[in-house]
Amino acid sequence: MSERLHGHGAGATITVAAGVYLLFVVLLLAAPLIIALIQQPFYLDLLTRVLILAIAVVSLNLLVGCGGMISLGHAAYIGIGAYSVGIPAYYEIYNGVIHLFLAIGCSAVFALVTGAICLRTRGLYFILITLAFSQMLYFTLVSIDEYGADDGLLIQQRSQFNGWLNIDDATVLYYTVLAALLIFLFAMHRLVNARFGRVIFGGKHNDERMQALGFDTYKYRLACYVISGAMCGVAGFFLGNFTHFISPEMMDWTRSAELIFMLVIGGSGALFGPLTGTAAFLLLEEFLSGITTHWHLIFGLLLIALVLFFGKGGLHGLLTRLSRKRSDTTQ
Amino acid sequence: MDWHLLIAQLLNGLQLGLLLFLLASGLSLIFGIMDFINLSHGSFYMLGAFVCATVVALTDSLIVAALVAVLVVFVVGALVEWSIVRKLYNKDHLDHVLVTYGLILVFDSVARLIWGSAGAAIPLPDVLNGRIEAGGFVIPSYRLLIILCGLLAAAGLYFLVTRSRLGMLIRAGASNRAMVTALGVNIDRLYLIVFAIGAALAGFAGLLIAPITEASIGMGNEIIIIAFVVVIVGGIGSIKGAFYAALLIGFIDTLGRSYLDDLLKLFLSNHAAETAAPALSAMGVYLLMAGVLVFKPRGLFPPAGFNKK
Repeated sequence: MSERLHGHGAGATITVAAGVYLLFVVLLLAAPLIIALIQQPFYLDLLTRVLILAIAVVSLNLLVGCGGMISLGHAAYIGIGAYSVGIPAYYEIYNGVIHLFLAIGCSAVFALVTGAICLRTRGLYFILITLAFSQMLYFTLVSIDEYGADDGLLIQQRSQFNGWLNIDDATVLYYTVLAALLIFLFAMHRLVNARFGRVIFGGKHNDERMQALGFDTYKYRLACYVISGAMCGVAGFFLGNFTHFISPEMMDWTRSAELIFMLVIGGSGALFGPLTGTAAFLLLEEFLSGITTHWHLIFGLLLIALVLFFGKGGLHGLLTRLSRKRSDTTQ
Repeated sequence: MDWHLLIAQLLNGLQLGLLLFLLASGLSLIFGIMDFINLSHGSFYMLGAFVCATVVALTDSLIVAALVAVLVVFVVGALVEWSIVRKLYNKDHLDHVLVTYGLILVFDSVARLIWGSAGAAIPLPDVLNGRIEAGGFVIPSYRLLIILCGLLAAAGLYFLVTRSRLGMLIRAGASNRAMVTALGVNIDRLYLIVFAIGAALAGFAGLLIAPITEASIGMGNEIIIIAFVVVIVGGIGSIKGAFYAALLIGFIDTLGRSYLDDLLKLFLSNHAAETAAPALSAMGVYLLMAGVLVFKPRGLFPPAGFNKK
């Protein structure tokens, strides 16, 4: 398990995976140029969506992959981030700095308050209490008539950054989201390899032992929960801007389940797992829904097969198994 | 205070509570005995409603349809346990969430393939379509039937669990799973039966509500979350807890919906109060669950000798 997020010492076995991920990032960097060449602007939208949700899944990875805290309410933070754009925009405040500040601040506060309660529980109970809190938020927003209740709100104008960053432009938005994602990935890498990440990781495997070593794992976990929530709030900020629309449906519990789905496809605990998983999920969704209206059936069967037959580690596990085979044959 | 309205709302609360109990009792047993999270339990609720609608259309008999539907859901539940769920007991909860979410997608799309997106209504015979008047109160007779059926099912389950050999094993399983296995009980068969009974109870709840709401795709996905709340509040693995918690939550939700808006109208505009009341009463249900998890993490009525691993 530890060779996944903690890159050190894994040696030659991760080289194929690393090569694939590097190629993936290069492709993402070049994507707008390629899309401009083939004149299919729709694909830029699709990729922007992939990157935005990948940020959310990266933040979920910190909880699930690193800390073993399975949250079934993570979409709540996407909602908070999006409403942080939508509600000020409703009052004709379009200042992007304020939006971003609100998105990060409100997500962090919500994570702090709910996390303090959720983290007293473990396992099954944790899954359900995170779900309960996201449902509470969902119903709160459904109840506020002023902000559109069930129907949601249209956002008239994207966040403004005084002219030095114009995210009205699709390509600029794409690169902004990509930059944010890469920064978060780098931060994740540093975080999980630092003492902090080691403690969280240790607590996942044997909480009592970590406590016996003198670590207050509850505080570490709470910090982890707040960081994750704030990061996901940024994803919500981008999603609100991207879709020009907010609605409580963004934080429906099935959305949270989808985020877990994406994480597991890519490989829970692997640094780049969220990126490949989200891309695989959304591209497959796009592809299948183009062929048949009953694509949910194929999706559901795939999901069941993934868990029953595919083994642990999702795409990342597959890539590492491939590279092991290769290094076995070359030796 | 309008007493007629209050009585009507109390009956509605009782009705919702009993439906929740039918869903939650199976869920709670599956939780308690197999340590398995079944998000797709609501699919059995939907299946019961759709099968019942189809059989009613074919035979014109609600009783036959109800029997057939419960049987079909029982068999489907057993098949799902045997083919998929059984392989997951030793895996972690993340896998449970994923597979059962996959099952929801499969059940919803198969239902859409068979019955179409529009949903299916179940027409009631005239006997049940009327109203019963007693002492100035008017009660739709079908709602009374739901309450009666719910109480009967609860009583049946009570006798099954407390008076039969199967029930003894179920209770033993909820209290200490490892010990039951060690005593040489065929645990595979016990799991299969518990899962199928849970599914059948959910199917029964679905077919009971369908004449009022119609059978529709995804009808189970909203109510299943509330059923989870019932399970947590009542205590995982406890039938008695599920019963009291279901009634409590049924009343909170129904009374909140009908009386909270009057209260809110003191502060808010009429329209805003009417939108806010149902959502706030739904929120109250989750608030209750959070409170229970913080102060009584094992639920209000944990099963006897319950030891959490």
